[in-house]
Amino acid sequence: MTFLAYTLYFGALIGAALCLAVWMARVYGGMPALAGVERAFLRSGGINPEREMTWGSYAMAVLAFNLVCFVVLFAILRAQGALPLNPDGIGGMSPDLALNTAVSFVTNTNWQAYSGEAQLSYLSQMVGLTVQNFVSAGTGMAVAVAVIRGFTAAKGATLGNFWLDLTRSVLWILLPLSVVLALFLAWQGVPQTLQGAVTATGVEGGEQVIARGPAAAQIAIKQLGTNGGGFFGVNSAHPFENPTIASNLAQSLSILLIPVAFCFLFGQMAGDRRQGWAIFAAMGIMFVAGLAVIHVYEVAGNPALGMGANMEGKEQRFGAMLSALWAASTTAASNGSVNAMHDSFMPLSGLVMLVFMQIGEVIFGGVGAGLYGMLLYVVLAVFLAGLMVGRTPEYLGRKIEGREVTLAVLAFLSMPLGILVGGAVAATVPQALTAVQDAGPHGLSEILYAYSSATGNNGSAFGGWGAAGTWHTTALGLIMLLGRYAMIVPLLAIAGSMIRKTKAPVTSGTFPTHGPLFVTLLILTVLILGALTFFPVLALGPIAEETARLAGQSF
Amino acid sequence: MLTHLRPAITLTVLFSLLTGLAYPLAMTGIAQTLFPAAANGSLIVQGDAVIGSSLVAQPFEGSGYLHPRPSASVWNAAGTGASNLGPTSAALIAAVAERRAAFEAMNGRAAPIDAVTASGSGLDPEISPENALAQADRIAKERGADVASITKLIEGSILGRTLWLFGEPRVNVLETNLALDAAFPLPSGGGQGTPTE
Repeated sequence: MTFLAYTLYFGALIGAALCLAVWMARVYGGMPALAGVERAFLRSGGINPEREMTWGSYAMAVLAFNLVCFVVLFAILRAQGALPLNPDGIGGMSPDLALNTAVSFVTNTNWQAYSGEAQLSYLSQMVGLTVQNFVSAGTGMAVAVAVIRGFTAAKGATLGNFWLDLTRSVLWILLPLSVVLALFLAWQGVPQTLQGAVTATGVEGGEQVIARGPAAAQIAIKQLGTNGGGFFGVNSAHPFENPTIASNLAQSLSILLIPVAFCFLFGQMAGDRRQGWAIFAAMGIMFVAGLAVIHVYEVAGNPALGMGANMEGKEQRFGAMLSALWAASTTAASNGSVNAMHDSFMPLSGLVMLVFMQIGEVIFGGVGAGLYGMLLYVVLAVFLAGLMVGRTPEYLGRKIEGREVTLAVLAFLSMPLGILVGGAVAATVPQALTAVQDAGPHGLSEILYAYSSATGNNGSAFGGWGAAGTWHTTALGLIMLLGRYAMIVPLLAIAGSMIRKTKAPVTSGTFPTHGPLFVTLLILTVLILGALTFFPVLALGPIAEETARLAGQSF
Repeated sequence: MLTHLRPAITLTVLFSLLTGLAYPLAMTGIAQTLFPAAANGSLIVQGDAVIGSSLVAQPFEGSGYLHPRPSASVWNAAGTGASNLGPTSAALIAAVAERRAAFEAMNGRAAPIDAVTASGSGLDPEISPENALAQADRIAKERGADVASITKLIEGSILGRTLWLFGEPRVNVLETNLALDAAFPLPSGGGQGTPTE
């Protein structure tokens, strides 16, 4: 029955993603019916959508746009106490928390060092966070489309127009999907109201203040845009944020929908769908393997707590299976929303979630970001294959040379830099160590999870870890910037360099990049690079915790 | 960079108006028209008074009621939270043992796992059918009803899986308690329980 449920789920996911990919290819290729609205939208900003950008210009446009977004969001969060749409009278955020939150939402991380219902006004939720949910996702999608063009388009010098790609992503992909999902969620019981909290007098006479708000609209886009920042503190575990099994299935599918569609879009834009399926297969195999581990451990449960599934931190309606599926999806896809508390998952479930984030969010990954992240590993895999057979490596007919490999390694280094260096500092500085909740190896896992989540722009957390202190709001703010832009800029540079190369015809000596051999090589590249980098510290965290648990130890 | 600033600022304003105001306000308008009860928090109203939301757990301590799952945030619906304790946490293992002893002393039955572990939201409105049925004896005794009728009412309020495959069977605590009050009023009457410490 479990097998049937998963089969149905993945069947629905792949079917929907295939349809969406066809639509996305048409949107990004330019549809005459939509051109009028696009032009009107861009003209008001003095933008000429016909103007093509080199990779450098594209990157500058991305950075300029994200900078403006950051300044606006930071200002709203600081000033929310004096702004309208604040029925519960919530005050302005402290500077370090506002910095952390603004960076978090602009970089598509949605790390939450605050609790939504207690620290954000409705205006901040709507005009602040919801807007960033759309445009940070749109930014990732635009960059991915530009990078795909670099690998697949005919020889040239330009990658497209960032403003046009961004506008198309938001207007024709994210917004229509969000409208449908938001209404479905509101129907299922997610509040969508501008009235403030309601005070109930319970059956036994106790008073209960019930926070609500315009939640459905924000939750729809936070799932679809792999943002993950919840309206309420406990995210999609909250019965208002995720009231039913049906709402859970819809939200769970939404996490992976656009990232999976990007694999197929890649194949379409390459003019060879098998290339997209190969990347999808590599991601899918790693995903299913990780999901199986989490599923088995959560269903088997924690003997130290008694018979049955591991229900600490989980909701009865979801149980172990839907919580495991969500945990795998949200860490693989850089979404970061949760429907169960990851801190209370079994040690090796936590290990899988850590690995999914640490390899750079390339198993489906963030919208757009997952695909361009995986292309980085493709460059390295093809390079390794070239070394093994002694030929100049090629991908989609173009030579991979020193410049591309250097840039790919440079981008890859942002992961160990953020996770290992950031985590090591957090594990030594006394001021930073106060954030740790659990004793023993689980405490190290908490630190590691926070820094992996920030560097991978995921946003989920081991929630017992105190994220609100000044040290971590600041350090993680900087690391989220590193994790986002130290990937985007080198990847655009690789694309800019690829598009200038002549495509060579396929010969009998060409290494095919669509068969099982390539899929295996790609998976091995991801695992070897990831394992070599992070295995030592994982041995001290989740693996040490598992062996201690088996020996009957507690901390 | 400077040449990109003007388009960046204009697009930020345009997207803010579109996705930050028009989109959520339109969703509010449509949701309030089509499903007002759900969009306002699925509140349960008796007379003029709001007694809770069917989606949000509230504390029940009286012997005549089903009790919800443990809540790490004491059923605070304006500041949710979980224990977030790890699987090897001694504090968690001790808390679970204590809850198990309390459940078994109160109900005289073995405690299912959902009755001794805190939910993710601290507001889980539902419990497992096993958990609900384990409380039937106690409820019947307090209400002076026979166990079979209480069991029948609880079994009738079990919500199944979705599409027979997804999620877990469960019982909504608040709704079932209201049904119990309606069918088997407490001896003290009035539907008000007897709060105990």
